[in-house]
Amino acid sequence: MSGPLVLVELDGGAPADASLRAVSMARSLGDVSAVVFADSAAVPAGQLAAYGVTDVYVIEPGSLEGYAPQAWARTLAGLARETGATAVLAAGTDRGNEVLAHLGAITGQPMAANCTLVTPDGGQTHRLVRHRWAGLLLEDAVMEAPVALFTVATDSVANVSAETPSAIQVHVHKPELAEADLTVRAVESPAGAGGASLATARVVVGGGRGVGGADGFAPLEELAGLLGGVVGVSRVVTSEGWRPHKQQVGQTGTKITPELYLACGISGAIQHIAGCAGAKHIVAINTDPGAPILSHADYAIIGDLHQIIPALIEALQAR
Amino acid sequence: MEILVCVKRVPTVGGKIAVTPDGQEVDTRASGFSISPHEECAVEEAVQITERAGGTVSVLTLGPAGAVEQLRGALALGAHRAVLLETDGREFGPIATAAAIAAEVRSGNYDLVLLGNEAADTGDYQVGVRLAHQLGWPVATGIKNLSVTDGGVVARREYRGVEEAYSLPLPAVVTVKEGINLPRYPSLPGRLRAKRAAVETSAPAYAAEGLRKEALRVPESSKHQAEVLGEGVDAVPALVRVLEEWGVLS
Repeated sequence: MSGPLVLVELDGGAPADASLRAVSMARSLGDVSAVVFADSAAVPAGQLAAYGVTDVYVIEPGSLEGYAPQAWARTLAGLARETGATAVLAAGTDRGNEVLAHLGAITGQPMAANCTLVTPDGGQTHRLVRHRWAGLLLEDAVMEAPVALFTVATDSVANVSAETPSAIQVHVHKPELAEADLTVRAVESPAGAGGASLATARVVVGGGRGVGGADGFAPLEELAGLLGGVVGVSRVVTSEGWRPHKQQVGQTGTKITPELYLACGISGAIQHIAGCAGAKHIVAINTDPGAPILSHADYAIIGDLHQIIPALIEALQAR
Repeated sequence: MEILVCVKRVPTVGGKIAVTPDGQEVDTRASGFSISPHEECAVEEAVQITERAGGTVSVLTLGPAGAVEQLRGALALGAHRAVLLETDGREFGPIATAAAIAAEVRSGNYDLVLLGNEAADTGDYQVGVRLAHQLGWPVATGIKNLSVTDGGVVARREYRGVEEAYSLPLPAVVTVKEGINLPRYPSLPGRLRAKRAAVETSAPAYAAEGLRKEALRVPESSKHQAEVLGEGVDAVPALVRVLEEWGVLS
């Protein structure tokens, strides 16, 4: 066995969508082995088999409880050695990037974050394409390493199940860990009430500098409510303290993937586009017909959002 | 508390990003330079910690001579000392970057090293972690809340709707994200002090890495010019029709 090893994160008991995208990409590199940190009774073997996974290595809470990034990486290092893996992948999530960074540091090997394509090129060479500038640029690169380490840009790689499900074997694995691997570990507690999440909202009404101030967001909130969505904002809005950072859409805020993004008074800086490019449809409302947001939008209305949003609310209420 | 903050000079790309004809870097003929928002917050966090608990904030960058501009920017925000690890213009990979920073850390007496979670340009997501391993220090990444305890720090972040808290003994490495604080604007006295401050400079060794950039390119994405529905409130009915067509009105 010498295929790729994929760290699979669980989300509510099922494989996380981001991890399934990583598995989808990994299939082009050989028979996929998954690594899951969970009780073996809770491993979603059926779903993994549907994605072509042939082997699952389960690390049970008795061996390693909870999230400890360096210990997870040490576990992957041991499994990669034992299975003769040619590549180790994870989703380009906070945890995936963190664990693979640790694995790179432990093994002294390079790690390529947020890849959209990886192709073996003979020997220890892989050719790859990865995100720079949060996906606004692509980098073509070559990796020379005995085991290729990379994370997958999950917003650019499709979630595709295998043509035929694989026969899957579940192995309980006991990692060899040092005490230092467990120094840093997460203590988890429920996060504060967040309301509808920006990252998963179906409609996002965006407000930028054009909103004019902290007291200008009420019409945007009302419109978002009518559309069953939430308000998102550009970086200038959070930097000015008009709105909390958790509402920021952008490279250093939240990446959104709604059906509709209605960008009001937002010029469309690259930093912002990195966060909203995943929207299916974009409509811009802006006083400036030359604003960069217009070259990323499907439709635009040229004009003042302070007049257009109330008129839109009225039109929607009249339907 | 002795804190080192690592920042990186990157192009301020504004509304458009383009690549030089040789495909090797971002075209900066029409842009200025700045540091990532994550790093602005790292500087602010360090300054706030020393304002409360005393100590020194050193700011470090690995980059060309021009990166002194970004060091002075951090000094103007309250950092006390600046270190330039000057490169010859070649792009250091994450392994060489971490090694160069580690050498500076070992030569000092630091309790805490702060970095941004990822650089805005290369997005490697690993320099902080590699640095920690080289030093044998604990590390937490993507942190949105940091508090200093007796002999350590508690670093918090959110993941899939769950708050994660990490307790780290010092010395430690922490990478932060924008939102951990709201950075201040530089004061006039701060800017004047920054202008006069000395910058300690050294030249770390470049080393090639197993991951080699061949070229950068702008993705052939769905970039298109918007169709203008009209001007002002007169265009609202047309917008409602479009929203109906897309099925977003339930």
